[in-house]
Amino acid sequence: MKETPLSNCERRFLLRAIEEKKRLDGRQTYDYRNIRISFGTDYGCCIVELGKTRVLGQVSCELVSPKLNRATEGILFFNLELSQMAAPAFEPGRQSDLLVKLNRLMERCLRNSKCIDTESLCVVAGEKVWQIRVDLHLLNHDGNIIDAASIAAIVALCHFRRPDVSVQGDEVTLYTPEERDPVPLSIHHMPICVSFAFFQQGTYLLVDPNEREERVMDGLLVIAMNKHREICTIQSSGGIMLLKDQVLRCSKIAGVKVAEITELILKALENDQKVRKEGGKFGFAESIANQRITAFKMEKAPIDTSDVEEKAEEIIAEAEPPSEVVSTPVLWTPGTAQIGEGVENSWGDLEDSEKEDDEGGGDQAIILDGIKMDTGVEVSDIGSQVYSSNSE
Amino acid sequence: MAEPASVAAESLAGSRARAARTVLGQVVLPGEELLLPEQEDAEGPGGAVERPLSLNARACSRVRVVCGPGLRRCGDRLLVTKCGRLRHKEPGSGSGGGVYWVDSQQKRYVPVKGDHVIGIVTAKSGDIFKVDVGGSEPASLSYLSFEGATKRNRPNVQVGDLIYGQFVVANKDMEPEMVCIDSCGRANGMGVIGQDGLLFKVTLGLIRKLLAPDCEIIQEVGKLYPLEIVFGMNGRIWVKAKTIQQTLILANILEACEHMTSDQRKQIFSRLAES
Repeated sequence: MKETPLSNCERRFLLRAIEEKKRLDGRQTYDYRNIRISFGTDYGCCIVELGKTRVLGQVSCELVSPKLNRATEGILFFNLELSQMAAPAFEPGRQSDLLVKLNRLMERCLRNSKCIDTESLCVVAGEKVWQIRVDLHLLNHDGNIIDAASIAAIVALCHFRRPDVSVQGDEVTLYTPEERDPVPLSIHHMPICVSFAFFQQGTYLLVDPNEREERVMDGLLVIAMNKHREICTIQSSGGIMLLKDQVLRCSKIAGVKVAEITELILKALENDQKVRKEGGKFGFAESIANQRITAFKMEKAPIDTSDVEEKAEEIIAEAEPPSEVVSTPVLWTPGTAQIGEGVENSWGDLEDSEKEDDEGGGDQAIILDGIKMDTGVEVSDIGSQVYSSNSE
Repeated sequence: MAEPASVAAESLAGSRARAARTVLGQVVLPGEELLLPEQEDAEGPGGAVERPLSLNARACSRVRVVCGPGLRRCGDRLLVTKCGRLRHKEPGSGSGGGVYWVDSQQKRYVPVKGDHVIGIVTAKSGDIFKVDVGGSEPASLSYLSFEGATKRNRPNVQVGDLIYGQFVVANKDMEPEMVCIDSCGRANGMGVIGQDGLLFKVTLGLIRKLLAPDCEIIQEVGKLYPLEIVFGMNGRIWVKAKTIQQTLILANILEACEHMTSDQRKQIFSRLAES
């Protein structure tokens, strides 16, 4: 299916709202959406929800022969897929550009940063090494795929346990999970991507753009950092010119955000570890709350309603007291009655509608005349009806 | 071994069809068969009972029951095609057994003739505009279908504008066609929607709820501050208020209305009305 086009009025509204520092869901400029991490029953399986964007990550391992030029290192393989259920625009053959870009970014963030110790994945040098494969599936697209995917990847890697192996001389023994507990991977640090969206040629900046904001942005800056404030990858796309201090500011913000997210990840991993050790129930089925099929639930959106008070008071102070809205019919002449207040058509004209509140009384007179004339014309057209209404 | 199996199959088939009256308000699933009132008497105890033929007119107790969305006629029973709650409306006056339908949740819109929808203009080609309405194909809208449009006097419609119109042709075999005038040639509120304001998408069920007569939500929202709203049956709502803040509040209230009970809603409205 084709993507729903973005209408002019949405684009205009979003840009105006961003200029006034307002976002659609009530967040501040530097706020992330709620991040929820849930684990599956197997080790290495997790679902990360960033607001409504959902990514499923699964890690698996296999014993293979190593690459010829790297005989003592294990192999890492990353794969991100955009599932067709994520957005109507994702079709099997169609999303190549976005897909390539995301995959490349994931690889640079996780492989080139050497967050996983590949030497420890070696079993027999030159013959057998572990190949770790990370599969990420995008289940729902509501903006900022790259952040959610990087969190899912690193959480899945931290959660994963590979089978234990022992080497005695020439003999290699691979233990099943029942014989010996599986062993976690050795991870040096946790790189996490933070996305910044730029609008109006770099004047305005938003962290964690959602789908609507991504459609109207001019450019995107992705910084992958770990909690030790080391930058693993930086990528700027969209062709906007960024100033040096803007990039520095973004990296400072990224440092703060990454620290928060890393804490969240560690807490989630710890909780899961605890539940498994105590023998409690774990897995995706437990993380989905029991709901009735006829009930709906939604998270509270932090919309700021305080502004309305100030604006409303301003308007009331400036305006004259509005005339009473007449709810009973007022008979002007036999055959012409009016119920309520007439309102002029404000679809085309914006500026005039602003004046309505201030000129309470004056405007009304004009509108009444307008209506009277209209009904006059109509009545005369429907000839015989004039007489019937007059006689009432 | 074959006999018990066949008996079991029979009882399974027999128990599958329930009386529609007993299932009102409950969740039904696709594939279920429902019996209408006069049929349950016939199939009551024991299966095929022969009804004695009687010659007076009163015996002809066939009532016309209308099969609404989510239901399909299958022989002389109703077959459920969507999952949701079964509803029934008594006939206002005169004959007829009323309407049965299934209240289901859906976000994907299928064009239906006569529906008023909000569309986004995607292309202008020659004499027609291509308008995206959220269905499988873009609808076509001729430039002459606006009020006061003639060959010399073309309407001012750009790509990316919002259009409020109704379908004149909408079936599964042809691309849908829409117009912005009613049968008398008057706009009646349809046409290009103004420049500012916010467009957002909700489920189809919420739109139907908001457009029902005497909807409390709309009345309460109208008391808050002056606003303009356009509802499209394809799940799109356009709102405009005086400031961006108010527009955002409106959009979020309407989206959340679906998930709130009426008490929670009254609470929120009273809080907003105070501030």
